[in-house]
Amino acid sequence: MKRKLQFIAEWGSLLLSTAAVCCFLVVILWDIIGKGLPVLSWEFLSSLPTDGMTKGGILPAIVGTVSVTLITAISATPFGVCCAIYLNEYAQDNWLTRSIRASIRNLAGVPSIIYGLFGLAIFVQALQLGTSLLAAGLTLGLLSLPYIITTTEEALRRVPASTREAALAVGATQLESIRDMVLPSAISGILTGVVLALSRAAGETAPILFTGVAFYINNPSGALNQEFMALPYHLYMLSTQHQAIAEVRPLAYGTALTLIIVVFLLNFTAFYIRYKHRSK
Amino acid sequence: MIQEKIKLAAHDVNLWFGQKQILKHIDVTFPERKITALIGPSGCGKSTLLRAFNRMHDLVPDARIEGRFLLDNTDLYGGPLSATQVRQRIGMVFQKANPFPKSIYDNVVYGLKINGVPKEQQHEIVVRSLQESYLWEEVKDELNKPAVRLSGGQQQRLCIARTIALRPEVILMDEPCSALDPISTAKIEELILKLKEEYTIVIVTHSMQQAQRIADKTVFMYLGEVVEQGPTASIFNNPQQELTANYVHGRFG
Repeated sequence: MKRKLQFIAEWGSLLLSTAAVCCFLVVILWDIIGKGLPVLSWEFLSSLPTDGMTKGGILPAIVGTVSVTLITAISATPFGVCCAIYLNEYAQDNWLTRSIRASIRNLAGVPSIIYGLFGLAIFVQALQLGTSLLAAGLTLGLLSLPYIITTTEEALRRVPASTREAALAVGATQLESIRDMVLPSAISGILTGVVLALSRAAGETAPILFTGVAFYINNPSGALNQEFMALPYHLYMLSTQHQAIAEVRPLAYGTALTLIIVVFLLNFTAFYIRYKHRSK
Repeated sequence: MIQEKIKLAAHDVNLWFGQKQILKHIDVTFPERKITALIGPSGCGKSTLLRAFNRMHDLVPDARIEGRFLLDNTDLYGGPLSATQVRQRIGMVFQKANPFPKSIYDNVVYGLKINGVPKEQQHEIVVRSLQESYLWEEVKDELNKPAVRLSGGQQQRLCIARTIALRPEVILMDEPCSALDPISTAKIEELILKLKEEYTIVIVTHSMQQAQRIADKTVFMYLGEVVEQGPTASIFNNPQQELTANYVHGRFG
């Protein structure tokens, strides 16, 4: 009897916690979809903000977020993947590589506002890039690096040693074995990690705050040396910084929904890559 | 034993992983175009010795090797041959079949590609290698199928095909049948006996029966040392050392 009660209590608390988590998600999505969906239209997605941003759409913010994420991908992926290959395939297990790994893990825990200030100091000022799409993209790249390195390393570690040995045994060099056998086997895990890191970067505000995001841009050019608008910052601005707060509230919900959809699409891509690979 | 040409040899070999000495003063020879079995209880160093011949320990950072490994009197370590050249001349088949995560055809052609075999010769060599490993009839209509969909025995024969495609001089086999059923094992053994006509074969095995069925020479190892080596019949029927006798009669192991 006592055991049965204990069992019910334990199950109950597990179930309750799960339900609570799901509940929050449902409430957030319900709120955002309910209030954002009526605003969402092709018009909203494809036009510029007008009338002091109380009307019009969010095209510049979408273009900005997409282009800054692309720069993040282009700048962080090669470095991250190469770094992971070095750590997993070449580096010996000694105090140096262990401390490098620990540093990378710690880097993943650094608050994103610190990345923002670092980006301001290095890219904007020291490298004279100015507040620009490029500086912001590189800053987000730095933020994504530890995630990309860690997930890539995990993907490489899952490739069995026998695959590497098989390639060596037919006369491949270590580089050829990695290029031809290890990377293709790990590619789905690597891509999944990269896409998830990017989806996180796309939703960040703090790192781009000082490095390139702008309040309002009327010609979304995607030029590297120009400031840009971005969905998370636009949302922040509409919700807290605008004087006509009641008027722009629906636009803020529309922006929030768009941002969630963008991030969800990225996550879905990662999910799809994994699924496709597993069924192969 | 009739005087025969020594193809592969190790002289006074010592090998350490970190502080632990795995191989001690190994002196062993492998006759050309014969099958030599390496037997001994688990952990006696037979796989370690086998892998040393095609320099599989090169990537193990704390492995340290002393002594000489010779292929036709050419040093395998510190001599004129690079690790990749050694592995082209000394092929290896592993305990667990490890086909590349690619198609059947690509598994065999990969070694040819990276070793610079001219493109127009590649197809013919792939077909011939699959025929020689008795796999051709089973796979000729589905060469583009992923190799991992083959059965365990077929995968192992594919690994052998991949190895002989490079025309090595020596083939090392690390318990190639340990994961296979008796029928697949019989096929592989038949194949090994056929391969002997062209290749020098060294096979690590846990099966005394297998050693007696296929090996011309047998080397018995224990705790990192070679206890006894000689013609298979004399190792099994007339061992000179008590340890050998105890092992081959199944009193330990």
